[in-house]
Amino acid sequence: MEQQHLYNYILGIADNNLILGQRLGELCGHGPNLETDIALTNIALDLFGQVRSYYQYAAQILGEGATEDDVAFLRKEREYRNVLLVEQPNTHFGYVIGRQFLFDVFHYLFIEQLQHSNDETLSAIAKKAIKEVSYHKRFSGDWIKRLGDGTKESQAKMQEAIDALWPYTQELFEMNAFEKEALENQVGVNLPELKEAYDEQVGQVLQEATLKIPENPYFHKGGKEGIHTEHMGYLLSDLQYMQRTYPNMNW
Amino acid sequence: MTVTEKPHIDTTLIPILERVSDPEIPVLSVLDLGVIREAVEENGLVKIKLTPTYSGCPAMDVMSDDLKAAFHKEGKTAEVSLVLSPAWTTDWISEKGKEKMEAYGIAAPLEASADKEVLLGEKRLVKCPQCGSTNTHLVSQFGSTACKALFQCDDCHEPFDYFKCLK
Repeated sequence: MEQQHLYNYILGIADNNLILGQRLGELCGHGPNLETDIALTNIALDLFGQVRSYYQYAAQILGEGATEDDVAFLRKEREYRNVLLVEQPNTHFGYVIGRQFLFDVFHYLFIEQLQHSNDETLSAIAKKAIKEVSYHKRFSGDWIKRLGDGTKESQAKMQEAIDALWPYTQELFEMNAFEKEALENQVGVNLPELKEAYDEQVGQVLQEATLKIPENPYFHKGGKEGIHTEHMGYLLSDLQYMQRTYPNMNW
Repeated sequence: MTVTEKPHIDTTLIPILERVSDPEIPVLSVLDLGVIREAVEENGLVKIKLTPTYSGCPAMDVMSDDLKAAFHKEGKTAEVSLVLSPAWTTDWISEKGKEKMEAYGIAAPLEASADKEVLLGEKRLVKCPQCGSTNTHLVSQFGSTACKALFQCDDCHEPFDYFKCLK
């Protein structure tokens, strides 16, 4: 696989981790209670740990002294390849959990397959990450059930979040040119093939939670091509502030 | 899945490695924790391969610096590289390490199937490191660090950390 295309494929995986991690990081010290605050930041930490491995690999492909920080912080909005789902804001706790659950189920199925990639680095990252993601999926799934099958108010708020977020899930299974090329080279994952298991697992948890998948929504997409929702610019201005203000700063 | 690959560690380096501890659980050395995958000395250069417990574990950078400092103290130069494969599992924590962990107040990881049952709240199997009772319950799946869950003992009522099973 051509190196520049592999670089773009890696970003497509990694940017989801970075942007979702950033959203969860916003909740540090603002979680609804101590346990969920700690849990959400722990999940963010796992996502950042994984993303460092991906970006270090991407930086190596770029060469010319590029570092993981350059890849993470110094791109323009149109150059981020994350799906629209992960950039959606923390409107209320139901949205945080809904976004997490809808991503976690996909994330687990995805890295389960990425373990078999013939790219050794991607396979090693996936084998490491899958253990962590299984905890994320359990956490968010448990909260979906607790809120959905909870009080009248928590049920209504959880359903509102699912209704708002479900239209962003279709994009997870659509393949762009880099993803198709990666699949042809046995580097990447066949995304449409994950859809059946995804629908089944999500459906099962939502049913237990007395929640419904909205019927015939209009599905949004574009993130993989760098066309984001309006939330993305605000998120990036927070994320990139330090590197833009103090170029090349280090811890 | 069992990982049979035993780490290759020069016996002469063991006393120095034993002095480097996990910054989060200082009673455990890097050897107890099973994160050293290779340590060999070649032409005066010590080459160490370190594997992370969790991808985002901030202790890894500290351990890497501590390793270099420990060898520097002995007049040796150490080079530390991070390896991801095979992925670390709690099975690599030594028996001695698990005992030290319990004495320090952290419940050691259970087997994978038992771990799942306790984290789903189905069974009470985690032993309170304070009073030894297994009448304990899960407070939160995520604790003070990525590798731990928060528990409470229903007999002595002390809260405590449980080191999650990772396989």
